[in-house]
Amino acid sequence: MFSSFMVNAWIVGTIVAVVAGAVGFFVVARGSSFAAHALPNGSFAGAAGAALIGIDTLIGLAVCSVLGAVSIALLGRRGRHDVATALVLVLMLALGSLFLSLSSQYAPAVYSLLFGEILGIGSGELAPTAGLAAASLLGLALLYRPLLLSSVLPEVARARGIGDVAIELGFLIVVALTAAMTIPVVGTLLVFTVMIGAPAAARSVVSRPAHAIALSVAIALATVWGAIALSYDTNYPVGFYVGTISAGCYLLGRLAGARRGSARAPRAAATALET
Amino acid sequence: MSIEIEHPDRSAVPPREEVLAVRGVSARLGGRQVLSDIDFSISAGEFTGLIGSNGAGKTTLLRVILGSAARSAGSVLVGGAPRSRRNPLIGYVPQKFALDPDLPLRARDLVSLGIDGQRLGFSLPSTARRRAVQEMLDAVGAAELADARVGELSGGEQQRVLIGHALISRPRLLLLDEPLANLDLRSAGEVVSLVARVAREQRVAVLISAHEINPLLPVMDRVVYLAGGRAVHGRAEDVVRGDVLSRLYGHHVDVLRVHGRVLVVAGVGDERTGTHAASDCDPKTSPPTQSVEVLG
Amino acid sequence: MTVLHHIVEPGFFGSAPVHRALLVGTIAALVAGPLGVFTVLRGQSFAGEALGDIGTTGGSGAYLVGVGPLWGFLVFNVAAVTVMELIGVQRRRGRDLATGVVLGSGLGLAALFLYLDATHQSTTGTTVTVLFGSLFSVSATTVPIAIGVAAAVLALLLVVGRPLLLACTNAELASARGIPVRLVGYVYLLALSLAVALCALTIGSILSTALLVGPAASALRVSSRPGPAIAAAAVLGVAATWVGVLLAYDSYAWPPHGQGWPLSFFVVSLVLVIYLACGAVSHVARGRRAAPTLVAG
Repeated sequence: MFSSFMVNAWIVGTIVAVVAGAVGFFVVARGSSFAAHALPNGSFAGAAGAALIGIDTLIGLAVCSVLGAVSIALLGRRGRHDVATALVLVLMLALGSLFLSLSSQYAPAVYSLLFGEILGIGSGELAPTAGLAAASLLGLALLYRPLLLSSVLPEVARARGIGDVAIELGFLIVVALTAAMTIPVVGTLLVFTVMIGAPAAARSVVSRPAHAIALSVAIALATVWGAIALSYDTNYPVGFYVGTISAGCYLLGRLAGARRGSARAPRAAATALET
Repeated sequence: MSIEIEHPDRSAVPPREEVLAVRGVSARLGGRQVLSDIDFSISAGEFTGLIGSNGAGKTTLLRVILGSAARSAGSVLVGGAPRSRRNPLIGYVPQKFALDPDLPLRARDLVSLGIDGQRLGFSLPSTARRRAVQEMLDAVGAAELADARVGELSGGEQQRVLIGHALISRPRLLLLDEPLANLDLRSAGEVVSLVARVAREQRVAVLISAHEINPLLPVMDRVVYLAGGRAVHGRAEDVVRGDVLSRLYGHHVDVLRVHGRVLVVAGVGDERTGTHAASDCDPKTSPPTQSVEVLG
Repeated sequence: MTVLHHIVEPGFFGSAPVHRALLVGTIAALVAGPLGVFTVLRGQSFAGEALGDIGTTGGSGAYLVGVGPLWGFLVFNVAAVTVMELIGVQRRRGRDLATGVVLGSGLGLAALFLYLDATHQSTTGTTVTVLFGSLFSVSATTVPIAIGVAAAVLALLLVVGRPLLLACTNAELASARGIPVRLVGYVYLLALSLAVALCALTIGSILSTALLVGPAASALRVSSRPGPAIAAAAVLGVAATWVGVLLAYDSYAWPPHGQGWPLSFFVVSLVLVIYLACGAVSHVARGRRAAPTLVAG
């Protein structure tokens, strides 16, 4: 399992889990599930296009993810799911399938882009992945305070001069970079399971932001390591294990949260606004 | 048109520093003139009530002060200088906020975020910070809630935490948007006493908007009374009078004082000023001339 | 004569796969149109998308058992909406998170099924067939099943169509009139699950929402009355499918030769073009009448 050709998988998987766990904390806190669907679809088309042209798929992924993030932030439809955007997203998927059909590797490429391919991670991926990870974590560290405040109390954040659009844009770019580096490992269809399952589980158990991020990273690491090991053993795809383990962690987290909730009766907020 | 009601003795008191000066502010919203030539100021440490019924323009005025709504005329000076984007001198408690019960953020963390939440980067824990947060939690009576998740607190408890969050950055002015809206009379009184006490301790001026004047009467220094986009301001006993309010509303208004409570009642009117929350009479459906409206 | 040959490549009208493709595509579009209109009116596009993902798992699993993907779509979709109804997936914020994770595990399962398909069943290209559809490869036995499913959907719609419309617009009035709103809702979800299965057969499971929601949303931009909108949605859907089939057939002559471009790509592109065109039309006509604004999901 720790032979030379698996080492790359372990290293990349570790890096990816750390970043996805940290960034995922905010994805869950902000309820950005729309971005969750939007970005990977665009990335799929980007990676497919890159494969067609013959450039590194990671570049195609990163560029298209960031472009997608900028479009979403500027069109300002956070949380609102309108028909035009939904159709464009589906078109991105179809476009990706077109690009791949025009290249020579149709079926296997489709599968590995959608569901991930651990063995396809060569040593050439290490440096770009580390670079993307550094950029994501740096961005997250810089945005931490205003991002947290605008996620929790958007009106107060605005009164303090925190720009809505600027923060959303910065955050979505971080998410895009994270998605780009995670996709080769788990595939576009499963990226967000990693980014949502671990933090969703963590937040049910601990009540401080710093602890929640740390626990989310730990759970993400356990998920990805477990998935790599099991995939190596059984030959079943990594995406399958990632999806299942993330769901399992999420359910365990909800159970722990329910126990916490029954111990102390939860009291409702004064008014509720849907984001 | 805005009316400043001067109390005869005020000239003997040296003028205090102006924390907020609203000069000739007008604002339009959706083609409608919501505010016309609003003029008032708040001095250091003053407790000012912004009274008006729903739709009178209170929230718009607060937004103009904060800079999230555009004004078509006039100026807003905070601490003597034109308002800046970050409003460092203003602490704000919004009317509506939704805190997810699963959010991993304790009351303590939210108050701590009030110190420097708008700055980039992240803050490292320190004893000084911990102490400041604890003191503020004690001041707003949220000490025993400190380690609870904010999303699991009751509405009133959350409000206290938000007040702590707003005050910990040492603003000169605390702005509260309708904090009493959904509270019963007793809770409203408690919130008002809390705000007045803490504001006095921290030496912070307060501008609190409400559609009911009575909970604020015991602690208010001055009142800004908003109706039909125009305002009257001054001390409560000078402003909340039949003649003054009649001029403001544009039709005859009586002010009744019953057991220390104030009732502002409109008689036959030629101008609708909106329904007061204390009455259940809807201007759209009730007959225009025969009903008596309780305005405040 | 050569111009016509460029538009319609020779052999189009005589080709049996083309006939089957046109037939199945038409059936799917005819069924997706009305269901799509109800879906948009009820604001339940989320359910349609979730069913797309669920169908992915179902279609992938079908090959393992040795049946065609349509059965997989049908069985899993129907099971899913029944579970959805029992759990009552209504609350928004918790729903987003929970369903995201659950669908994620479903897709992980699809990954496993597809892997097993490739290794144990040695059926090639199942990933593409299930996810992106391959309408030209629809077997002759699938066609009567598709017709049967469509008939079932139309029968269900005839039964619940009117009360469903009423429940969309005014749920309280509907229950006051004795309409079992919850039961009607479940029947609608059943019809939806069948319709999405047909759409998945036509253009693939993860693209199926385009055929469900696209023509319906386009129709609703032009007409706000349900009856005409349903008719228009069906017509637009059928048009997109036919032109898509034509272009896909023609594309065999385009580079790279002999391979052809994916049919689903054409249909999805056409659906988007139609939607934008209808949007432009309604924008122009907005002076005379307020266009209905739609928030899907």
